[in-house]
Amino acid sequence: MFPFIFEWVWDIGHLLFFGGFWYAVGILGAGMTYCIAKAAWDTMNDSGESHH
Amino acid sequence: MDAALIPEGAKRCSFPKFMLGIAIVGAVLLWGVYAMLLCWFKGLNQTNMNDYYGFALWIWADLAVIAVGGGAFFTGLLKYIFKIDELKNIINFAVIIGFICYSSALLILAIDIGQPLRGWFIFWHANVHSMLTEVAFCLSCYFAVLTIEFIPNILENRQLNKVPFFHHLAHNMHGVMAIFAATGAFLSFFHQGSLGGVAGVMYGRPFAFREGLLIWPWSFFLFTWSAAAFGPCFTLLVTRITEAVTGKKLVKDNVIHLLAKISGWMIFTYMIAKIIDTWYWAYYTAPGLGFELSHFYTSNGFYGYWILVAEVIVCGVIPGLLLINKSTRENPTFRLIAIVLAVIGVCINRWVMVLQIMAVPVMPFDTWALYIPSWQEVATTILPVAYGIILIAVAYRYLPVFPQELELNRRSEVRES
Amino acid sequence: MIHDKKAHKYGMVIDLDKCTGCGTCTVSCMSENNVPFKEDESDKKDSITWMRVYRLTNNKPFPDTEVAFLPRPCQHCGGKGDHGHSPCVSVCPATATDYGYDTGIVSQIYTRCFGCRYCMAACPYHARYFNWWDPVWPEGMEKYLSPNVSPRMRGVVEKCSFCYHRYQLAREKAYASGSDEIPEADYQTACTTACPAGAIVFGDLNNPSHKVHQIVKPDPHPDPLNPDVVGKSRNPKVFRLLERLGTNPKVYYMSEREWVRKLGDHYLDGEWEKVKNVYGSASHE
Ligand code: SF4
Ligand code: SF4
Repeated sequence: MFPFIFEWVWDIGHLLFFGGFWYAVGILGAGMTYCIAKAAWDTMNDSGESHH
Repeated sequence: MDAALIPEGAKRCSFPKFMLGIAIVGAVLLWGVYAMLLCWFKGLNQTNMNDYYGFALWIWADLAVIAVGGGAFFTGLLKYIFKIDELKNIINFAVIIGFICYSSALLILAIDIGQPLRGWFIFWHANVHSMLTEVAFCLSCYFAVLTIEFIPNILENRQLNKVPFFHHLAHNMHGVMAIFAATGAFLSFFHQGSLGGVAGVMYGRPFAFREGLLIWPWSFFLFTWSAAAFGPCFTLLVTRITEAVTGKKLVKDNVIHLLAKISGWMIFTYMIAKIIDTWYWAYYTAPGLGFELSHFYTSNGFYGYWILVAEVIVCGVIPGLLLINKSTRENPTFRLIAIVLAVIGVCINRWVMVLQIMAVPVMPFDTWALYIPSWQEVATTILPVAYGIILIAVAYRYLPVFPQELELNRRSEVRES
Repeated sequence: MIHDKKAHKYGMVIDLDKCTGCGTCTVSCMSENNVPFKEDESDKKDSITWMRVYRLTNNKPFPDTEVAFLPRPCQHCGGKGDHGHSPCVSVCPATATDYGYDTGIVSQIYTRCFGCRYCMAACPYHARYFNWWDPVWPEGMEKYLSPNVSPRMRGVVEKCSFCYHRYQLAREKAYASGSDEIPEADYQTACTTACPAGAIVFGDLNNPSHKVHQIVKPDPHPDPLNPDVVGKSRNPKVFRLLERLGTNPKVYYMSEREWVRKLGDHYLDGEWEKVKNVYGSASHE
């Protein structure tokens, strides 16, 4: 799963497989981070407006 | 009692009645949980599996729920990537069904492995050449996608949505859903396929073995295709059951017809590919290894040619044709027959690709091995069904799952009041 | 893909005409390798027998009935083209079973296996066994367990290892004596040494001075009729189980009797008559 685990080899199989895997995980992680951060931002701005 | 949680304007049964239903299904669930704990604490000797049936009822259940759960990724693909907008009226439900199917699959796998506490080895010590590794990775990732797709629907609950943060979160997640759906489709393509690959790569088992393209046996592509084809049928079937139980129309006919039509064409084209695959395997692959077709279907007490006919013709070609043809597709009875047959068909296919493989003797002096599951296996297989019913009941009661529900039921409610 | 020219390729040839079906190999294997057993071992579908003896018959009525016995250890398959992608090794998701390119032995890492049983589904020889129960030995018997072999826990798969611990001991002995060659007699499996009929011959298939090589005369080239098959025997009396699948076992069988050899694989009607002469001596000698 990670290059530091002993059976890891830098071959095409590992690169493709884990490339795809980390790519998918990356998209999901980035997407969720964006949504949560933006929701937090929107929430703060909302409450700012309601104080006016 | 729980009126504040129920979507605005929606009519639901009384709380005690709801709880009674949950309690009945809950009892079945507990039975399954008991069997599950037996398997975990006493080991797999609680099952009737043996060294001939290393894969048995559970792996079949796993493959079957993942196949029928394929409705989620395929509907998502159609809605978000191919922009078929009508499907927004059924996508929430497709996602919930997918969520149930995939969480069940993961649970069953956790019971099925001999050393559940080492389950993470499949990730940590991954052998990237094994189809099962691909299944494990894509399945877990795709389960994450389904959870992400399910969250906005949960946050739309009347009370949760009052919390500004949740309100915004749901809104933002809807905004980028296409990206999640695309990732889900990518992951689904691979794990659905790999599940077919699991059987297809076993070149020591001529009943399972298939030639293919590069590292992927033909069964890889057939499994992806069949999940996309039959998954929507299962979505339609569960929708139909939910409508029957709630006594309400929940999704407009044009949406149902559209999904049924897409599914019908997918099934029809899949069946053509499946027939070619079966023919090639029967006339080239297997005889090339010294096996006559009759070797796989005779001299035993259960597996005959009937299973091939049932899978390919009765529960394959026929539902495909019924759904392609406009008049039968739009006739509720024929449509119901077609989707029931289709769901049975894909389950038979997964059965054959798991259990019949184990049953067929390979060494010339070996014998057929038949197996009957133990009650613990049956109970743990029913467990996800009970869990699914409960989750659907709770989701339907408290979440705006069906966008068209209010519109479709307004008139009758007016009449009642 | 044996990179090292000096790599060993351990294998065996079992003479089915000598085998009496006595089961000594099975018993010696179980005690050598700490194989757990149940009180009732009669259900062979869920009891562990690394070396299992099958009974073959020519299916003819009396007085023409003939019977042969076929001991079946793990075949230590080299996989298609003999590249080390054995049916079981190639499917294990956790790399818990591995192909030793230096010995040709298929290993099983008990502490790594998490019991998915995919390898069992993939092995056509039923050489793999799952520990359905916790291993328990009758009181006092645990004192007789071999210290060289780790006992297995419930929930993992095990199988014949060609007595790998004996290989390790032999290798250490050779190393201590300053040699890098392991003498044939120093590494022999338990079943080989126990067989009273002397039906099993074990050694290095790559080493022309070893008896197993001399009997089997493995053909290093792919079979022209099926390029997946490598290491076919050039001895007309020798065959492998399910050779046509391309699993490339390192366990060979030998018999004078044609019906026994024919039972080693599947043939379509009329095929055997054609191949029985193409294979073996007629084409090679
Ligand atoms: S006989 Fe079975 S367990 Fe042994 S190497 Fe071959 S496939 Fe693997
Ligand atoms: S049962 Fe163990 S050795 Fe066999 S495939 Fe699974 S993890 Fe690998």
